[in-house]
Amino acid sequence: MTASPLLHVWSAILFVATLAVMGEVMIAAGMRQLGDLDDLRSRRGLGGTIAAVLTNARFVTGALCMALNFFSMLFALSIANLSLAGPAIAALTYVGNAVAAKLFLHEHVDRRRWMATLCVVLGVILLSH
Amino acid sequence: MHVKHVLRPSQYAILLGVMLSASIGDSFLKRGMEQIGAVNLHHLGLLWHALFNPYVDIGIVLLIGFFSLYTTALSWADLTFVMPATAFGYVVIALMGRFWLHEHLSLWRWIGVLLIVTAVGFVAGGPSRTEHPELDHMDAGVGR
Repeated sequence: MTASPLLHVWSAILFVATLAVMGEVMIAAGMRQLGDLDDLRSRRGLGGTIAAVLTNARFVTGALCMALNFFSMLFALSIANLSLAGPAIAALTYVGNAVAAKLFLHEHVDRRRWMATLCVVLGVILLSH
Repeated sequence: MHVKHVLRPSQYAILLGVMLSASIGDSFLKRGMEQIGAVNLHHLGLLWHALFNPYVDIGIVLLIGFFSLYTTALSWADLTFVMPATAFGYVVIALMGRFWLHEHLSLWRWIGVLLIVTAVGFVAGGPSRTEHPELDHMDAGVGR
């Protein structure tokens, strides 16, 4: 593979992973904003809870990112092998989620969670072979 | 004020649902789409037929269930706490392949299974949620 197609493939993989991270972080931010859904359901009922989730701007933005992620994944798979794109996107998404959760959601990502992230990344790569 | 979040049994059940629903849903979709055949631009009508395949229907229901359980889990746990639970789906798919479909699982894949199980063990022993009194206070009332 020459440099240009390689750059093309990795740009697509990075783009898909970035959309996945943005989607997951925005959905997590929306859920943190709403609070425990069990508590919300006891106050508003099931319909009220679903309405609260579906009208939360962060959740909707996250869901849109995930939808875009789905279609960009189809594009990425059309130019890259599944054996490369699958584990690469999953591994980058897990690392990106941990970094973004620390930076934007201010989660306490301690040594235990970094180790878990590393194990997941290595595990996903090994399972894909 | 420091409060260590301890999960209720119902919340552990939701995490278990997150672990199982996506991988089992994907397996049902794969089984259903194998029966439907290859879908391409010239045979888009097959997608309509796919909706009447029971395996595809069960797969769709399970994936909707996964998304509901996943968002529910994120309402009381950190993203970095829930993440290994979603990764555990890869383990479920590998084990289903080995014991249900009798596929060969190489040594490297067994090591991969072990690493993801280890990851779940790492986070399961820690707190499920980071305390943010100032952020939670700021956000309080948004969905109430």
